[in-house]
Amino acid sequence: MHPARKQRLIIVAIIVVGASVATALIGNALKQNLNLFYEPTRIVNGEAPVGRKIRVGGMVKEGSLVRLPDSLTAQFIVTDYEAEVIVEYTGILPDMFTEQAGTVATGILNEDGLFIAEQVLAKHDETYMPPEVAAALKDKPKSY
Amino acid sequence: MIPEIGHFALLLCLPIAIFLACLPLLGAQTDRVLFMRAGPLLALGQWLFLLVSFICLTIAFLSDDFTVKLVTMHSNSALPWYFKFSAVWGNHEGSLLLWVFILASWTLAVAFASQSLPMDMRARVLSVLGMISIGFILFIIFTSNPFERLLLNLVSDGNDLNPLLQDIGLIMHPPMLYVGYVGFSVAFAFAIAALISGNLDAAWARWSRPWTNVAWAFLTVGIALGSWWAYYELGWGGWWFWDPVENASLMPWLAGTALVHSLAATEKRGVFRSWTVLLALLAFSLSLLGTFLVRSGILVSVHAFASDPTRGLFILAFLVLVVGGSLLLYAIKAPAIRSAAKFSLLSRETFLLLNNIILAIALAVVLLGTLFPLISSALDLGSYSVGPPYFNAMFVPLALPMLVLMGFAPFINWKRSTKIIQAVPIWLCSVAIALLTAIFGALALAKQYDQSFHFMAFVTILLSTWLLAATLLHLWSKAKNQQGFSAGIKKLSISYWGMVIAHSGIAITALGIGLTSIYAQQKDVRMVVGDEVSVSAYRYQLTSIDTFEGPNYSGTRGNISVYKNDAFVATLQPEKRFYYAARNVMTEAAIDAGLTRDLYVALGEYLEEGADSGEGAWAVRVHVKPFVRCIWLGAIFMAAGGLLAVFDKRYRQRDTANV
Repeated sequence: MHPARKQRLIIVAIIVVGASVATALIGNALKQNLNLFYEPTRIVNGEAPVGRKIRVGGMVKEGSLVRLPDSLTAQFIVTDYEAEVIVEYTGILPDMFTEQAGTVATGILNEDGLFIAEQVLAKHDETYMPPEVAAALKDKPKSY
Repeated sequence: MIPEIGHFALLLCLPIAIFLACLPLLGAQTDRVLFMRAGPLLALGQWLFLLVSFICLTIAFLSDDFTVKLVTMHSNSALPWYFKFSAVWGNHEGSLLLWVFILASWTLAVAFASQSLPMDMRARVLSVLGMISIGFILFIIFTSNPFERLLLNLVSDGNDLNPLLQDIGLIMHPPMLYVGYVGFSVAFAFAIAALISGNLDAAWARWSRPWTNVAWAFLTVGIALGSWWAYYELGWGGWWFWDPVENASLMPWLAGTALVHSLAATEKRGVFRSWTVLLALLAFSLSLLGTFLVRSGILVSVHAFASDPTRGLFILAFLVLVVGGSLLLYAIKAPAIRSAAKFSLLSRETFLLLNNIILAIALAVVLLGTLFPLISSALDLGSYSVGPPYFNAMFVPLALPMLVLMGFAPFINWKRSTKIIQAVPIWLCSVAIALLTAIFGALALAKQYDQSFHFMAFVTILLSTWLLAATLLHLWSKAKNQQGFSAGIKKLSISYWGMVIAHSGIAITALGIGLTSIYAQQKDVRMVVGDEVSVSAYRYQLTSIDTFEGPNYSGTRGNISVYKNDAFVATLQPEKRFYYAARNVMTEAAIDAGLTRDLYVALGEYLEEGADSGEGAWAVRVHVKPFVRCIWLGAIFMAAGGLLAVFDKRYRQRDTANV
């Protein structure tokens, strides 16, 4: 084979092999780290998988935030005004986390229907609402 | 009156930008010198009017003109003056005005600092920049007018700037980032101009290189500032969250890094010509994509200001136009591009190719992880988010070969490396240094922190020391080969120094990222006054809690003494602030910074029910972050190296009597 052609072939081969390996790895890593969002209604209906990392979002129900004594564990209820999910979180809640405001929690639903959160996000300012929460609350009665 | 002047100046920029987009290009295509000469004048005019507009908005903020809606929404009379100043770009409308102003400044710089450029090339570049300018000026005028007045319901005071943004990091972060983002428009304009003229020889690469370097350096600083700001301001102690908006700035950086290297190959050897053009188009398109992601409000992020669908649609349309248009032009013209030179497998060309492949894969990883949630939610496939483990799992295997190859890179010559055997002793020496440092370093860290030997810590130290040692030994051998070391070191070119410094920066950043990821420890604890908590080798004691008054907030301050082996290290004073106007609570973390470790404390919420001593308990977050400073220190090195390379002799104009 002509040396120049051979060299080009080697380079193309390197690129093809590299790209395929990368694609396979990327696909696999992505598959394992996708966290699907569920509204409280769908979780109560049993649509959410148990034991897999998912996200839940909605409004924090008024008067529902309690701290368990002598620990940093907090419990609160996330609602979409139709169904409610109890969320448990151990750690420091974000500054903007308040009752009657939007929140998105990432974590695992256990077999008792309790959502064990490992991360809780709140809105960043007064006017901002996470798009997923806004969508979850759409077409739901606003009064509770 | 002043806001109206600003608005009017902004409106006047539109016709100027339209003339700038048309006249010089027309002149270049039809060979009319007068039209081409209009370019710099129009660029100057556009810059002046935008300057007036920007100054007017700044005056409105500094003088608390609450008849302007934007000032009412984002400022407050109790705000210190420097935050009133930064509030100008701490919101959607103002930050866009800054964007356009920076674009106009780059345009002006190209018009007057590149007089050695052939006149037609410069004319085309200025026109392309003018076209981008039109798009953004239209965007501001129609969807985001910063000078809008509140004529009814006059208010006596403003809503205040988001407390998260009342910070020195925010004064600096957006302008730096924008200078970088927008700077890629210059490389983009050079690429488009070269495509239009059909003249894609090495010359366009040589002209683009300094501009690309400057933009890349600013982007590096901007990203590092953002990371640093998030680290101390958000109170979580994280320095990178793989948040979509962070990714939006990382993507142009990856493309820009690839471009900086690929431009070198194109300029010096005439290879990868069409790939380099594509990268130049890509880098700026990704900057626009970033702007779209951040400004459209489709992301959950601290950067997303209140969302407005028309804005998202406008930028999306503009994005499609720019990307589609430039790719179409590329598709038409690229087949004519021929890469002239041949090179052997063991050559710097191959190494730069490998560099570009790794960076392109990294870019694909980030792009996929960032866009996948948006695509799946747009197609109603469910609302997903991609977790940080995905990015970490992909970046580690990409970074390791990159660090290995970077150590070899300076030793490999252009075209064909024949004297490679001479470099072997230096490599062995570097490997020995790296091995020793890694073994002793990992053992010392194990003793210091958690008593167990981490293999990844060993690998991190090994590879970053290898890169550092190989790079510095190359510098030494190169200087020594000339007549005497001190004479030789003076002969090294400035751009070579730039490479050495920037690559050293990568080694330092990699070291910081690796070690802080492995050894960082965090505890969320409940503390009453007098309580102690131990994190790794440090003992934190909450000694007292007091309250105080700030200019526009009231605060609670904890006093925490830190001891190591019963020796006093530092007093940390984390704060919890309540901002009156926005009625927001904010955490101000306290950090004792050091090159080898940061001690970090953030005050959480007040837990009233735990009243043992009558003072109540607080949630406290305590971190020990080894080597976290190296991450940003390395970024400073990278940016310095990138900037330094611009001052190389060969970019200096030999002929200034051209105009």
